[in-house]
Amino acid sequence: MALGRTYSVALVGLNGYIVEVEADIGQTLPAFVILGLPDASLNEAKERIRSAAQNSGIPLSRRKITANLIPASLPKRGSGFDLAIAMAVLLAANDIRATGRTVFIAELGLDGRLRPVRGILPAVMAAVRAGYPEVVVARANVAEAELVPGAQVRGYATLARLAFDCGADPQDLALDFEPEPDDTDGPGTGTGPVLPPDMCDVSGQAAARRALEVAAAGAHHLLLTGPPGAGKTMLAERLPGLLPDLGDTEAMEVTAIHSLCSLPSGSVQLLRRPPYENPHHTATAVAIIGGGSGLPRPGAASRAHRGVLFLDEAPEYDRGVLDALRQPLESGELVIHRSAGSAAYPARFQLVLAANPCPCGKATGKGVDCICTPTMRRRYQARMSGPLLDRVDIQLEVERVSLAGFGQPAPEEGTASIAERVRAARGRQLDRLLPFGMETNAQVPGRLLRGALRLDAPTTRILDYALERGVLTARGYDRVLRLAWTLADLSRRDVPDGDDVGQALGLRQAAAASP
Amino acid sequence: MRAKDVLGRRGEELAAGYLESVGMRIVERNWRCPEGEIDIVALDGDALVIAEVKTRKSLAYGHPFEAVGADKLARLHRLASAWCRVQGLRMPPCRVDVIAVLDDGTGEPAVEHLRGVG
Repeated sequence: MALGRTYSVALVGLNGYIVEVEADIGQTLPAFVILGLPDASLNEAKERIRSAAQNSGIPLSRRKITANLIPASLPKRGSGFDLAIAMAVLLAANDIRATGRTVFIAELGLDGRLRPVRGILPAVMAAVRAGYPEVVVARANVAEAELVPGAQVRGYATLARLAFDCGADPQDLALDFEPEPDDTDGPGTGTGPVLPPDMCDVSGQAAARRALEVAAAGAHHLLLTGPPGAGKTMLAERLPGLLPDLGDTEAMEVTAIHSLCSLPSGSVQLLRRPPYENPHHTATAVAIIGGGSGLPRPGAASRAHRGVLFLDEAPEYDRGVLDALRQPLESGELVIHRSAGSAAYPARFQLVLAANPCPCGKATGKGVDCICTPTMRRRYQARMSGPLLDRVDIQLEVERVSLAGFGQPAPEEGTASIAERVRAARGRQLDRLLPFGMETNAQVPGRLLRGALRLDAPTTRILDYALERGVLTARGYDRVLRLAWTLADLSRRDVPDGDDVGQALGLRQAAAASP
Repeated sequence: MRAKDVLGRRGEELAAGYLESVGMRIVERNWRCPEGEIDIVALDGDALVIAEVKTRKSLAYGHPFEAVGADKLARLHRLASAWCRVQGLRMPPCRVDVIAVLDDGTGEPAVEHLRGVG
């Protein structure tokens, strides 16, 4: 038989599709053709495969080789098809026996070694879901592939070893070749895990500490306004540490996205901790949202999925970039269209914005040192659009640390004990909100807040008064209610009382920038 | 004669013998014109066959077939029409075959034959 058939996976965003690889050997002059919309790196596979096979001791046929990747209309990219094509060609030449429904995902080195590729986790997930549980990957990808439940993963270091196991004639095979494990192989040699920053480093700032705890407990978006040096960045960096560990499904989602973005380094595990992304304020919309030529790649918003997206100096961002975040804030998903197709990436992140009160940064407190004109100040604050700020539940003004609060001997409460309270509060939310299909207070719509979860009139009197006087908008009213529920959860009360509502109103209105 | 020419000569002998053994009739060998040389002109039934013979001692510099590129093929087609012109023939059905002879000097040389290679 001059036709070989193997399987691989093509990724479009996080979705994988099984690709059938057919190889045919024609009785004509030597050539190698790859069909099925290959990109440049996939077209170079021809040379990699020829050399790899030659150096493994099983040279490819000296005839015309045609490899067809099915479905032909789906654009394919990257080097992950190398192994599947090589195996199909060897199969067509009867050098090995049929491999059945095994899926091959690896890049080939010229010396015949198998190299790891990006996105192995979503690819294996897709293979298992499509009913192809047997997967062959490069050794450095094994740990990641094995994270997928139900996958039967085999890892190989070289093409020669794999061919041997598939019944190739051992006489000519270069079985002695054992590549040195490189950086991407096995346990990493890099630095150990970096200890996340701890809340006990934050001196004073009682109000900000409280706001951070509330934000963590209810997954509320947060805006920190304050002069330079007040500790906005310091606080934001400590938010991921307060969040509870990710559940199994969430951890898979997060690990899959990060698998797309980087090659495996060191021992790969499920990412159990919420990720933290802090792009620079010169970042473009594509860098934040995702995109790029050909098939779109995930941006910072997707890498922050189930974690924290921190935009420092938020007014310095292009307005278009900030407003582009409104859609994922609503839907938790980003659908990006490009020439080679569209990709959907999850992007359910907790947004933390930090801003100076004005261009010179001194318009805080009485603002006597501020040299900005009122127009400058207004224009600066207007860069964060109303619709965006509408979605930010907590808007807090961070004051400069006073001498009294700075360097005081009494140690501040550390991350661990705050995180414990946050975890308990999340548990209470889950019990209450799961019947409605939600997990955190931040997700609760106003309809529910004023419906099934309605508070009695005496509790909300202060809010009703504020609404009546026009201090609070209807949307602001709902956000205060959400915060009040989180405050009640934190103090282990079943229903918010008047104090919670009062405190919530304080968290909402503290920022001068509040609409 | 130099060693490589001796090898080539022997390869062409082998190739001619091989073509006759599969039922072709050799019409002309080593036909030259200003544009180049045709190794073997043969008749396979009614079809005119222009055969190019490539001989190698080993695979160290690649397979003989790999030495026949697009340029070479185009030249063979031009040579085919030149040959027909000289013979006073209207263009008959014509194809180009390539024959690879691998002769490492230790035993029976291996002959491979590709028909109608474009």
